[in-house]
Amino acid sequence: MKISIDTACCKGCGICINICPKQVYARSKIRNRYGTAMPEPIKENECIGCKLCERLCPDGAINVEE
Amino acid sequence: MNRLKERYLRLDALPTLFCPGCGNGIVQYAAIAAIDKMGIRNDIACVSGIGCSSWIPCYLNLDVMHTTHGRALAFAQGLKLARPEKQVLVFTGDGDCLAIGGNHLLHACKRNIDLTVVMVNNHIYAMTGGQKSPATPKGVITKTSPGGNYEEPIDGAQLVICMGATYVARWTTAHPVQLQKSIEAGIKHKGFSFIEVISQCPTQSGVSIYGVKDPAYIMKFFKENSYIYKEGMDEPKNKIQCGVLKHDNDQPEYIDRMEARFK
Repeated sequence: MKISIDTACCKGCGICINICPKQVYARSKIRNRYGTAMPEPIKENECIGCKLCERLCPDGAINVEE
Repeated sequence: MNRLKERYLRLDALPTLFCPGCGNGIVQYAAIAAIDKMGIRNDIACVSGIGCSSWIPCYLNLDVMHTTHGRALAFAQGLKLARPEKQVLVFTGDGDCLAIGGNHLLHACKRNIDLTVVMVNNHIYAMTGGQKSPATPKGVITKTSPGGNYEEPIDGAQLVICMGATYVARWTTAHPVQLQKSIEAGIKHKGFSFIEVISQCPTQSGVSIYGVKDPAYIMKFFKENSYIYKEGMDEPKNKIQCGVLKHDNDQPEYIDRMEARFK
């Protein structure tokens, strides 16, 4: 699975970090345009492709592709 | 950016005005996914009133009408009568739909006109700064109820059931797949469909109702404190009732009745 997060869209709410059943995401030191910390896919190879993060991202920042 | 949202949003209008963690974006994704799956992009028209949730369709690259406060259903009924071939999807909030637009809601239900209403219920007037809305739970301290709200809240789904709506469902933002399926079923259903979505507002109701500003915590609360309704089940108390609450295909639709009368 290839996960990409858009810096221009992400608002740093942290829903994806808490909702992921495999804990793929962690808070990183990268800042988005609002100045809050963005999520980072640290365990990308463990992703099962449920796409819950895509559905629950309020700003459409996450894209999961095979 | 997400490929599905990229195809349906007006990219020049981004970023959205929603706060970080707002449930409106989740409802927007569910609606887009339902429209995309049904392949009705050119046959759908969206109508909304005033409020945070009424900004959901304004970012969609579809036929959209952003109307006056509470009058979304009145405009939608006019649109449906003028263009009966269009599928009309109405986005509205709890203050917009139950308070100022309550009259229009009752009459649209009574007529059983073919509309699909998505009511995003965040239990508060969020855009104006956190005032008490008709759906605010009892005992909650808001800007306009500093001693605690002493009124009983309006249950939107039960209200439209007794007024004669024929498809009624309630989900929370923690049930995104079920919500998408309900929106699809509501668009397919011929008659008045009402889908209530319990949504988080981390900025306003997060402070006054849940006591936490973390949207993920509030969504976990929804998931743990809700149950899916089935007919004849023992219903647990103090939990959010989710599921399809009514689905009746036998009631005649308003435009059909009108055409039969004036033939």
